[in-house]
Amino acid sequence: MSATKTAAKKHHGPRESLFSRSGAMLVMAICTFYFLVPIWWLFVAATKDRSDFTTSAPLWFADFNLFENIGNLATYRDGLFFRWMLNSILYAGAGAAVATLFATMMGYALAKYDFRGRETLFNVVLGGVLVPATALALPLFLVFSQVGATNTFWSVFLPSIVSPFGVYLARIYATSSVPDELVEAARIDGSGEVRTFFTVATRLMTPAMVTIFLFQFVTIWNNFFLPLIMLRDEKLFPVTLGLYIWNSQVNQIPEIRAYVIIGALLSIIPLIIAFLSLQRFWRSGLGTGALK
Amino acid sequence: MTSNIAKPATPPKAVTKKVRRATKATNNRGAVMFFIAPFSILFALFYIVPILVAIYQSLLTVEREGTFGKPTEVFGGFVQYARVFQDEAFWSSILRVLSFGVVQVPVMLGLALLLALLLDSPLVKGKRFFRLAFFAPYAVPGVIAAVMWGFLYSPNLSPFTAITKEINFLGADLVLWSIANVVTWVFVGYNMIIIYSALLAIPSEIYEAARLDGASQARIAWSIKIPLITPAITLTAIFSIIGTLQLLAEPQVFKSFTSAVTSTFTPNLLIYSTASVPNVNLAAAFSVVLALFTFALSFTVLKFTQRKAD
Repeated sequence: MSATKTAAKKHHGPRESLFSRSGAMLVMAICTFYFLVPIWWLFVAATKDRSDFTTSAPLWFADFNLFENIGNLATYRDGLFFRWMLNSILYAGAGAAVATLFATMMGYALAKYDFRGRETLFNVVLGGVLVPATALALPLFLVFSQVGATNTFWSVFLPSIVSPFGVYLARIYATSSVPDELVEAARIDGSGEVRTFFTVATRLMTPAMVTIFLFQFVTIWNNFFLPLIMLRDEKLFPVTLGLYIWNSQVNQIPEIRAYVIIGALLSIIPLIIAFLSLQRFWRSGLGTGALK
Repeated sequence: MTSNIAKPATPPKAVTKKVRRATKATNNRGAVMFFIAPFSILFALFYIVPILVAIYQSLLTVEREGTFGKPTEVFGGFVQYARVFQDEAFWSSILRVLSFGVVQVPVMLGLALLLALLLDSPLVKGKRFFRLAFFAPYAVPGVIAAVMWGFLYSPNLSPFTAITKEINFLGADLVLWSIANVVTWVFVGYNMIIIYSALLAIPSEIYEAARLDGASQARIAWSIKIPLITPAITLTAIFSIIGTLQLLAEPQVFKSFTSAVTSTFTPNLLIYSTASVPNVNLAAAFSVVLALFTFALSFTVLKFTQRKAD
């Protein structure tokens, strides 16, 4: 995307002074330290057995017990932690996929069709962008308890498939990247509206869709208040809520601390994988939201 | 250029006229319904209905026949709201998150902006690595980040015991700022990426004249880049303000590390503890007031920056 541009920028204008270059690199080095040391500490801590954790140097390895630790975590309480991981992957993966589809369809319709009440509808959705998920957690609990559906998979899953921000991104992106002429040409070729959307528009909107997917995936993965309020049954917990509960029991059950640390490390990995594998898409998609 | 982040650009009129007529045709009504129905129905069910239910619940009050009688919910008008406005713990929690935000949001966005500008300048080598390194903490959920930093702050288990034995990061005086550091650590990279994407979209020809005049990188950043990326900064500011008022996960975790974080530490913690009493009606009233407050604040920021840009 921008590799050529940065390359072009590099060889322009006056040579920057050594002073400002070393100043810039110093800032970069300090920030790298600040952002990476906690993650490094977590990784190192996750490789230690219980006695090494308190006695050896915190930022360097002692005996490498990472796989034993993971093995112990897998057997602890019948592998409850991995059940939580699967729950999170299901809540976030399936939830973000459905949310992306619906938000893209909605954004596309708002961008490409003229219908009565279009602007009103869009403004209501924008209002939704300004209503944070946490503010809805308690009201959602009230709704689900009216129909007796709290403490179910659906009570966490269903609210998470609505992404107003996704609609906003999809509308902007469809406006700028799906030419009317193309939709019109498909029409003349006799393609139905829905088929045009699924064959032509989604291909052009891929960067926006990946961005919406990732954004929603992270939102659901990090969501903590809604499951905290909705769920009693620990078999339904996402990993964030599970680790939170374990962490609050550390004072009563000291050996749980090791599981919290290994679990914390393992809970970061899926997001890192998602970011790295979809990187080239979302970086071009992110700019759209911020460029109006 | 206006910084209206809420209005997608419409294509030039001449182009749309012909297509508009085609898309207005009634034979598309079915398609439009197909596209908008799924989202609209879910949005109504899980956004609008909960808000209405919360408002309704906040207008009820519980009455008992005698001390141990059966509780019944009756219409109470603004009884709960009167309680909200008299509730000192609620307003001091609002003040606490506001003071948190006044410091934390500018620090976080300032750092994000500085790093984005450095990444966009020719001063830095190894951009790819730095971009990923700074963004990595965003992959750590708030709850998990709070657990990690809880260890890093602890006087015995921290890698930095030399510091943490001397300074009590989890004490009543500092704990709010220790939490601010956790939030900053998680979100700087995320905001940096948004600002950086906006910078990448600026065509480099714009800097040509400035370069030929021998302007320094700092001068180019200040006079050309920052004005052009105001919309991106506005967007990050609004999301950050919303996040601040909604602060919940990090302080909730810190409750296990320190008694300095009380159950009324932030508005959302207070709502949670009120709801668990259970006093659902009062909790609903708190929720409504907090949501209105959040909405008003982010709307004000949006309008304020737009006026400045126009």
